[in-house]
Amino acid sequence: MAEFSLDQVNEIYMDVLKEIGNIGAGNATTAIASMLGMRLDMKVPSVLFKDASKLSDAICPEEETIVGVFLEVTDDISGSMMFILKLDSAAYLVSKLMGMPHEEGAPFSEMELSAMQEIGNIIAGSYLSALSNMTNLRIQPSVPYINVDMAAAILSVPAVIFGQYGENALLIETEFGDDVMIQGYFILMPDQESYPKILQALGIPV
Amino acid sequence: MSNLIKVGMADLKVAKAPDVLTTLGLGSCIGLTLYDPVTKVGGLVHYMLPDSTQLKNNSNIAKFGDTGIAELLDQVVKAGASKTRLVAKIAGGASMFQVSNNAAVGKVGERNAEMAKIMLKKFGIRLIAEDTGLNFGRTVELDCSNGEYLIKAVGKPNKVI
Repeated sequence: MAEFSLDQVNEIYMDVLKEIGNIGAGNATTAIASMLGMRLDMKVPSVLFKDASKLSDAICPEEETIVGVFLEVTDDISGSMMFILKLDSAAYLVSKLMGMPHEEGAPFSEMELSAMQEIGNIIAGSYLSALSNMTNLRIQPSVPYINVDMAAAILSVPAVIFGQYGENALLIETEFGDDVMIQGYFILMPDQESYPKILQALGIPV
Repeated sequence: MSNLIKVGMADLKVAKAPDVLTTLGLGSCIGLTLYDPVTKVGGLVHYMLPDSTQLKNNSNIAKFGDTGIAELLDQVVKAGASKTRLVAKIAGGASMFQVSNNAAVGKVGERNAEMAKIMLKKFGIRLIAEDTGLNFGRTVELDCSNGEYLIKAVGKPNKVI
């Protein structure tokens, strides 16, 4: 197979990503629950499959502030992944982690941003280990990069990455939490040559 | 009454005074405007990637700098702008995550801005203002009544270029 893009993606690949979303959210829930000493529940994730150029308002209005965590992955496969949190979800997690409330509407302090980066790291790691376990591929994440900005600007990053190979983008929506549900989006962006490796490792004919 | 006309990602639109063209939350993409101050015809293209010739799948012309700018020029001239009077402004081209070794993420904003300059030079159109780079998103508005390009960012004062 010379080239792969999400334009030819099949149902099985989406189901697998959903399952990774499921296990990943489970791992993340366990990790965060034990770190924060809370009991967390999670919902079954759903797949958001969209035209890459329509991502700007796919999860909320374009100008709403969201939190994006970006990591590069290397080793058996290469590419990148993102985890996106709604601002209120991120503020809630940070306040739980730091043991003090986040002042509503105020910008995040350096300390809060670094707490958020750590949370992003844990969540991203949870998804990547789910992917690694399912595929038996080694996956090494980079340090996480974080940005808090307009949804359209943050989402332009996956739009451009997916847009290089085709017209479609794929996001996995997950929800976990206690009395407050945390809404997040997991986006896996393997490089072109890594797609067949992932599919092969999953036993999907390419 | 002026209308606020929204331009999406990988999209372009043309308008006349007193209308305003806007695109929301530019990240690494570029919002390039062409404006004729006499006929007050303006156009805005929001492109994602610099170069259509690098890709096989390039049917959406507004997705790329090279084809998007050429098409915008065509359309503003058809709408009554004079090519010799046109002036250009650009905004966007940020690097949302400071990933140094990832071409698609770290450098695409910069390459998008470069493509604007290459194409404008090729068409002989003056670039009179730019607000590009750094690591934040920008919402932009082109006011066709005066050619002002308003730039809004989270936690920063509004800026007119």
